[in-house]
Amino acid sequence: MHGLVNRSIQSFVSDTYGGGLWASVASECGVSLDGFEAMLHYDDQVTHDLLDAIGARLDKGRDMLLEDLGTYLVSNHNLEALRRLLRFGGVTFLDFLHSLEELNGRASLALPDLDMPQLSLLETGPSTFRLTCRWGFPGAGALMSGILRGMADDYGALVLLEGGVPDADGTCVLKIELLDSRFSEGRQFDLAVPTG
Amino acid sequence: MTVTFSASSLDQLMPMHLLVGPDFRIRRAGPSIQKICGERDLIGQPFTRVFDLRRPRSVDALFAAEQKDATRLHLALHHEPDTPLKGQVVQLQGGRILINLSFGISVVEAVARFGLTIEDFAVTDLAIEMLYLVEANAAVTAELRQMNQRLQGAKIAAQEQAFTDTLTGLKNRRAMEHVLGRLIGSGREFALMHLDLDYFKRVNDTLGHAAGDHVLQRVAEILVSCSRKTDTIVRFGGDEFVLVFDGLTDTKRLEALARRLIGKLEEPMTFAGRSCRISGSIGITLSRFYETPQIDAMLHDADMALYESKNRGRACVSWAMGQGQETLQRTG
Repeated sequence: MHGLVNRSIQSFVSDTYGGGLWASVASECGVSLDGFEAMLHYDDQVTHDLLDAIGARLDKGRDMLLEDLGTYLVSNHNLEALRRLLRFGGVTFLDFLHSLEELNGRASLALPDLDMPQLSLLETGPSTFRLTCRWGFPGAGALMSGILRGMADDYGALVLLEGGVPDADGTCVLKIELLDSRFSEGRQFDLAVPTG
Repeated sequence: MTVTFSASSLDQLMPMHLLVGPDFRIRRAGPSIQKICGERDLIGQPFTRVFDLRRPRSVDALFAAEQKDATRLHLALHHEPDTPLKGQVVQLQGGRILINLSFGISVVEAVARFGLTIEDFAVTDLAIEMLYLVEANAAVTAELRQMNQRLQGAKIAAQEQAFTDTLTGLKNRRAMEHVLGRLIGSGREFALMHLDLDYFKRVNDTLGHAAGDHVLQRVAEILVSCSRKTDTIVRFGGDEFVLVFDGLTDTKRLEALARRLIGKLEEPMTFAGRSCRISGSIGITLSRFYETPQIDAMLHDADMALYESKNRGRACVSWAMGQGQETLQRTG
């Protein structure tokens, strides 16, 4: 697993539940307290162990945990970079949805060795979509649900999400209904990097 | 073939376009080029009053290009000379020209300076992808820089804990303590030889530190060449060396070895065409001289023997008898 993913899980646990929980999870999984280097690779098993340990402590299932992680990734102010990179996808939430198919290509421009979920979007009606998520690691659907919820808030869109059950090879289909693309103000996004 | 499309389509396709009449006045301006010009309405303005044309230099040349021929142009706004624009000009009917502009590489500064948004760019313009890449690249670089700093810290720490003397490649004091501790702990017999270079300070003072370093490296080579793989050769500090001979306790052989070493050290060494002459004084002790050998005591006794050699006029070998005995057996 790319260190960036493990590092994200580490930040999620420390920022959301505190350094104490991270310390105990790290020690249980044999991970150093400093955690992961975002630019290195780790065995997938480490990620599994980590998610199991966190889930056990918080009494949360794997999917719920990954969904929370997804939302955290795009809504936490410490991680502004990721949210900004996603907002480059388009002016409206609809543009953003359509930009998801490019997400993999965009990610590999920046980090060629990052294995991202493969996403494909199918328009099923005037405001309904099916997003197919494929990833080498199980849980892409749940993670993407969290990211979509977070980004909908960011754009100020009102969206209904319905997660499907992953099939045998881990492919998961999300049903998305865009109820109102200007439901709320959303968050400001400037192309220029904010200074200061 | 002639294609007709509306002004608003033109605005969408080319938000940075300009239509210039044969009188060199701007007839139309795309919304984005108008936006970067601020309050000032571009329509009706003479082209050269707004823009500083850099390639081609004269506005006539823009109109002189053959029909169907497209020409590259470089220009900047007079009031924003640091934001160069690039573009393409095509001839239209009625002596008019159509210019389509882009920021090129200056897009990163331009979005900040003019407060541009995604909608200010044509959908086909790769500007947004470029901005995305610049930002992603900066994030990755920052992460790598942090990692390098952490690794640098770890490297320094590791060097401090290392067992090698970086100048000579010999073992250092820390390594020596490990080796002696292991030999003593396993009850093995060994000889400990303390060597101090003679006249080394003179080389350093007269020929400089580079010469001194060269001599130390050459000494290290001599010591390695005169010893076995199982022996441990330590740069003890400055121009002092400690040699530990595992299982070698025959005084005659050690004495001969010490003399051969001194002989080799006395052979002239050259550095940058200059000859450097040194020698060495040696003190030796053996583990079997002690009931319970201790590192500090053995080092101290070998050191005392070494000073005996120095007092005897250098280039000598002296023996410590161990167990705190004051007497030193003089040889040679």
